Amino acid sequence: MSTEALAQTSDNRTESTGYNFAYLDEQTKRMIRRCLLKAVAVPGYQVPFGGREMPLPYGWGTGGMQVTAAVIGQDDVLKVIDQGADDTTNAVSIRRFFARTAGVATTESTREANLIQTRHRIPETPLSPGQILVYQVPIPEPLRFIEPRETETRKMHALQEYGVMHVKLYEDIARFGHIATTYAYPVKVNGHYVMDPSPIPKFDNPKMDGSPALQLFGAGREKRVYAIPPYTRVESLDFEDHPFEIQGWDQTCAFCGSDHSFLDEVVIDDENGRMFICSDTDYCNQRLSDGARTEAL
Amino acid sequence: MYVAVKGGEQAIDNAHSWLDETRRGDTSLQELSVDQIREQMTLAVDRVMTEGSLYDPELAALALKQASGDTIEAIFLLRAYRTTLPRFLSSVPVETSQMAIRRRISAVYKDLPGGQILGPTYDYTHRLLDFTLLANGERATETPPEDTVEDCPRVLDFLNYEGLIESPMPDSESHHSADSAEQASPADLTRQPLDFPANRDLRLQALARGDEGFLLALAYSTQRGYGRNHPFAGEIRQGDVAVKIAPEELGFPVIIGDIEVTECDMINQFAGSETQAPRFTRGYGLVFGNCERKTLAMALVDRALRCRELGEDQVSPAQDEEFVLSHCDNLDSSGFVSHLKLPHYVDFQSELVLLRRLRKEFNERKSGSSQQPANVKATSDNKQEKNSDNQKRREASQA
Repeated sequence: MSTEALAQTSDNRTESTGYNFAYLDEQTKRMIRRCLLKAVAVPGYQVPFGGREMPLPYGWGTGGMQVTAAVIGQDDVLKVIDQGADDTTNAVSIRRFFARTAGVATTESTREANLIQTRHRIPETPLSPGQILVYQVPIPEPLRFIEPRETETRKMHALQEYGVMHVKLYEDIARFGHIATTYAYPVKVNGHYVMDPSPIPKFDNPKMDGSPALQLFGAGREKRVYAIPPYTRVESLDFEDHPFEIQGWDQTCAFCGSDHSFLDEVVIDDENGRMFICSDTDYCNQRLSDGARTEAL
Repeated sequence: MYVAVKGGEQAIDNAHSWLDETRRGDTSLQELSVDQIREQMTLAVDRVMTEGSLYDPELAALALKQASGDTIEAIFLLRAYRTTLPRFLSSVPVETSQMAIRRRISAVYKDLPGGQILGPTYDYTHRLLDFTLLANGERATETPPEDTVEDCPRVLDFLNYEGLIESPMPDSESHHSADSAEQASPADLTRQPLDFPANRDLRLQALARGDEGFLLALAYSTQRGYGRNHPFAGEIRQGDVAVKIAPEELGFPVIIGDIEVTECDMINQFAGSETQAPRFTRGYGLVFGNCERKTLAMALVDRALRCRELGEDQVSPAQDEEFVLSHCDNLDSSGFVSHLKLPHYVDFQSELVLLRRLRKEFNERKSGSSQQPANVKATSDNKQEKNSDNQKRREASQA
């Protein structure tokens, strides 16, 4: 009964799954696209959208998935990463979801993909014009941990009342000698809205600035989308005497020898043995196939 | 030495087939059928329908089976199915005074028109394990009397004759009145994002879908003084009601089916004001099936959330609309809490880098000289500039 009812109301149903192309129905996709257009028109502004329940749990990428479902087309090539890696379980799960419901081509190569859904990282390989990067966002409101009320934070954004954020960063410096935010480091977009870049490490923040790719953000549980259009100014908040800085490592990648990518730490024995490897698996593999080698192996 | 984290795909497949096996349990025992769950686990089915906000006992029973009896997982399955269904139109408001009543009690009048009907209830059962059930010795049951629809006035309407209680639809919200054919359709948070301040229709929808345990705790907190609102259970009724739709081209309503609901009208105190004579206020709860505990909790929390409208001080969690509505959905909460199981290597690494640096600086300060080997070197914004320079160069070479 149910599948019949579905079939009668759909225009774009894939036969294999019984669901519409890329799962969401066309009206929902249109609604999301409209919200995305608004988000692109007002960079960094959180646009409320009628987020749907997805067949994955909230907090596991439902916002990013809805954005991806809304913008993906039959000819797109999709890449999904989690923690920079293509082979982490949730990345595998989401990539499979779209391979199944949309039948699109998938890839692990950053260069080959024109649509990349990500959780917690921006690829090391610079993005190029025409690419879309879709971020999964848990808490879209950068002011949430300072002011829990939505009614208040909306006003604060409208009035650019961001003093509290600087106070928070200042308190870090007073207490620790450094700004103690290492990921989800707040940025100011196009000189107006303070935005949460999603929990990417601050290492990745500079990649957002002036990126030729379109950056879309989806928060499913909180029902917000926001965007950074290509070539938009994105500044990480800081102070003149405490300029923004990114993480660095003494070590290099144990596989490819990279000394400039974000490194994950792997515990290799119970005697405090550590090994550092690129978090971006595709970047690491690229370097290896390009002939990069390291003595650490 | 190092085992690569590859193989997620295979691991997921294996986990799922193991899950299927575990769900089935001992294969020497007969498989549980969806029909059995629907007929013999009705209260679980009702809760899944209510919080899944889809009235379909069969699918709710299927969801329970598929979820190994985990209510929240079953609600999730039903919601994820519901969200793909097309929405044709809103029904005409359900008339609960026209109900095939199975249970109807009032705690405020000893007797009243329509009578007190205890119905099938666990109330007054002694909670002693019935070992005949364990021995598969189900007693023969009498056939229950046929349900008949009778006009049964609501208890709160009796109070309303005297003006002792506010009318169910305060003037400020009369635009949702059922009379007009061009009524504004009620808010729907499954289509529109929750917005604050929320109107009562939206609040009631959120509460009806909200987690029973969460609402129960909040309701309890109002009884213990965190936003006390002096409740009396004016009426609880349970039974079947007709669902009607009024398609535009038809011009009159038609019945499309019956659903079982439980409704709770709570009577609460109100002091009145300079311009208004003192009168009771209301809290309301309505759920699919027989989820009576939930309706009571819902009615108490509904009343607590009306504090702004009724000019009461908002001092307690149950009165805080943003707090209650943002946290009452168990798919929101279970999803976000369980996402902690997902990898967070990158964020954790970022924290490690900072923490090591802070500890190094701490030790340097303490000893006056550097002792600790540093894993981390401070990277100034020079490097950042270098990176973005590199990026520009790469872009230039690509162009």
